[in-house]
Amino acid sequence: MSEEQIKNLEEQFEARIARDEKIEPKDWMPEKYRQTHIRQISQHAHSEIVGMLPEGNWITRAPSLRRKVALLAKVQDEAGHGLYLYSACETLGISRDELYEQLHSGKAKYSSIFNYPTVTWADMGAIGWLVDGAAIINQVPLCNTSFGPYARAMVRVCKEESFHQRQGYEIMLKLCQGAPEQKEMAQDALNRWWWPSLMMFGPTDAESTHTEQSMKWKLKRKTNDELRQQFIDQTVPQAEILGLTIPDPDLKWNEERGSYDFGEINWDEFWQVVKGHGPMNKERMKARVGAWERGEWVRDAAMAHAEKQQERKEKQAV
Amino acid sequence: MSTKNWPLWEVFVRSKNGLEHRHFGSLHAADAEMALENARDVYTRRNEGVSIWVVESKYITASNPEHNGEMFEPAQDKVYRHPTFYDLPDEVKHM
Ligand SMILES: [Fe+2]
Ligand SMILES: [Fe+2]
Ligand SMILES: [Fe+2]
Repeated sequence: MSEEQIKNLEEQFEARIARDEKIEPKDWMPEKYRQTHIRQISQHAHSEIVGMLPEGNWITRAPSLRRKVALLAKVQDEAGHGLYLYSACETLGISRDELYEQLHSGKAKYSSIFNYPTVTWADMGAIGWLVDGAAIINQVPLCNTSFGPYARAMVRVCKEESFHQRQGYEIMLKLCQGAPEQKEMAQDALNRWWWPSLMMFGPTDAESTHTEQSMKWKLKRKTNDELRQQFIDQTVPQAEILGLTIPDPDLKWNEERGSYDFGEINWDEFWQVVKGHGPMNKERMKARVGAWERGEWVRDAAMAHAEKQQERKEKQAV
Repeated sequence: MSTKNWPLWEVFVRSKNGLEHRHFGSLHAADAEMALENARDVYTRRNEGVSIWVVESKYITASNPEHNGEMFEPAQDKVYRHPTFYDLPDEVKHM
């Protein structure tokens, strides 16, 4: 194809997206569109998969059967989300094995929030409330993104997320209505998860690259700062209902803006965790890679069994 | 490294009787039986289905969007296949 032809195709392509048409896997697409989508969808899938680890940590120690079945169902949903997203990503011509390889080798990133430890039961509450809450705000606009398989996966994901957030908030609520020690535990979890949750929306708009391109392709509809503000504005009243204090002395309602002003985010910490120096980066990868390696004989055995069954069937048919 | 990877399967789910099976997504499984079990866990955790079909993705033959012209355009100028093509007086009822 000549440069002229490619330019033509690219213009038609951008026009289709601008008209709100969806792009499907076999359609022609610019290489950059393909690569950007592989990167974003796979990062998202990896986040769902690694995101199971901090919560998996508490399944066996959930304080009641009710909490245990709920947490188990939530973690199972996250596995499902990872699988929907991996299969959406594979339609772009990358194999599941390559995707896993990128995660396991550290080449691919996942959401940094999962590199923080879950030290008490209240962390299950704080994660559902804040982390799933922030994820919902990030994810809802993606239900209308331009790449069909991604948009369809996100519709399913978003439907399931609201249970996650509600179960987390209910955990916080119960702790806050309990003994002083329980309420203290809830406050401590909020103290530890608040700032990392704000970082989930990514660098400030001034620092953030490729926002414009992402807006065009509908990978983004609002900027990082807008989404972060939305999260803060809707979460502060929820903390008030719990009777908990947001750990930010600069947090103040701004009448004029109709929004909360808030303190400086520690971006040094953010970049440190992104670069692999968070409290749990090594631990998470070790658990993930370990599970994959220990499962190898099971995957091989299943394949060998399937082949044997197939052979047997073919022999009988003769 | 595993010797062989589990193949890819496409999953179709009937949400309730009276509706057709609809494509829900795909997954990896060693064989058809496992594909069905995995499809149940991945795509029907909340009663989304009453029946599941799985088919190995390699058996699906798909049309190529680059040939959409020859494939689908011929139908575009066949307006006479639509009821509105036929001019009838307003007095004619039930037609
Ligand atoms: Fe999720
Ligand atoms: Fe998510
Ligand atoms: Fe979730």
